[in-house]
Amino acid sequence: MLKRQLPMLIVSIVGLIMTIQYFIPHPFSETIYNYALDWLIIIGIFAMPLGIYSMVHIHVQKVARKQTGWGYSVVALLGLFVMLALGWTPDCLKDGTFFMRLFEFVYIPIQATMFSLLAFYITSAAYRAFRARNILATIVLVSAIIVMLGRIPIGEAISPHIPEVADWIMNVPNMAAQRSIMIGLGLGAAAIAMKIVLGIERSYMGMD
Amino acid sequence: MDKAQLIAIIWNTIAAFFTISVFSFMYKDNFMYKIAESIVVGISAGYFTVLLVWTSLRPKFWEPIVNDHNYWYLIPGLLGLLMYFRFSPTLGWLARYPLALYIGIGSGIAIPLQLQTFVLTQVKATILPIHVMVDNRINPEGINNFLIVVFVITALIYFFFSLDHKGIVGRSATFGIWIIMIGFGASFGYTVMARVSLLIGRIQFLMSDWLPIVK
Repeated sequence: MLKRQLPMLIVSIVGLIMTIQYFIPHPFSETIYNYALDWLIIIGIFAMPLGIYSMVHIHVQKVARKQTGWGYSVVALLGLFVMLALGWTPDCLKDGTFFMRLFEFVYIPIQATMFSLLAFYITSAAYRAFRARNILATIVLVSAIIVMLGRIPIGEAISPHIPEVADWIMNVPNMAAQRSIMIGLGLGAAAIAMKIVLGIERSYMGMD
Repeated sequence: MDKAQLIAIIWNTIAAFFTISVFSFMYKDNFMYKIAESIVVGISAGYFTVLLVWTSLRPKFWEPIVNDHNYWYLIPGLLGLLMYFRFSPTLGWLARYPLALYIGIGSGIAIPLQLQTFVLTQVKATILPIHVMVDNRINPEGINNFLIVVFVITALIYFFFSLDHKGIVGRSATFGIWIIMIGFGASFGYTVMARVSLLIGRIQFLMSDWLPIVK
């Protein structure tokens, strides 16, 4: 009972309360909603040390066993502990602190450069994926080329209509496709949430 | 050169060093790239932990309890602590309680919110007037509004598997997948352009921001 049924009952009761409160425009309902959101964030933050523990555990084991690339684990741990040590006070988040400079001049450049590298890899991946082998791949290819040409000056130099067509593709067929996917996604997500609240879907608790 | 300039040069040089280290991956996977990769893992974990503690845990948990004496907030704290029982072989089931509350709140909020945001709002934004007049003249915007309705319906038919994709349904579904492919192509093209713009940004940083100050 305590191990299985009670947690399931909590999911159903809390789920129903949170669904019903949405349709009751009353300050009490709003208070419940605000509390629930805060509680969600707090529980989530309490789970965060589990992630940090897991990361430290993996890297410490790698270093202790002198596995291949253990030096990189030392660097990762060093980065983590330096940031945790520098973030000891709330003032660390102010502009110009060593903590923020590490974020601004180490994290952001590495992250931005890694994403920019994708410009090369995404192009080679596209070449392999979108070769005009069938009608669907050709549609993807043509649409991507028009949108890309429409965003750069050479597109307008080739024909002034290319940016117009690119805009039309973005605003009409692309928007319609995104909308249909979003509608499907919304219906699917709501259905899954209903299955969870009704106790039909239980795999998230390690049950069948 | 004053102290502020020197500090700016040092930090920009560090940023340039890591930028070049990551770019070196284009040649092959190497020592410098792996160093940058490991640093970003450590720094991001540390940064976001500190950020969550000071911007979420303190104002949403610590301050309501300590300053406002609102002890309701002890409940999620205690439930959060129950998460750590995951490591216990005998009491691991206690970790299901915070998870139950979390999933319950999340699912309960998601049911109306998903339907509202992803279904009703999208449908409302799709069904627009097809007869649009601007300055007493018919505007092509109306044609686009009509096309969007047709495209959305045909794309949705493609995702509808309760009917066999034969006859009119099959033809609509085929047209629908074409529309979805145009959307994928457009999204792909847009993503490539965003990545190229990031690449230009990094090269501009090296050539225009960093090189002139270290010269």
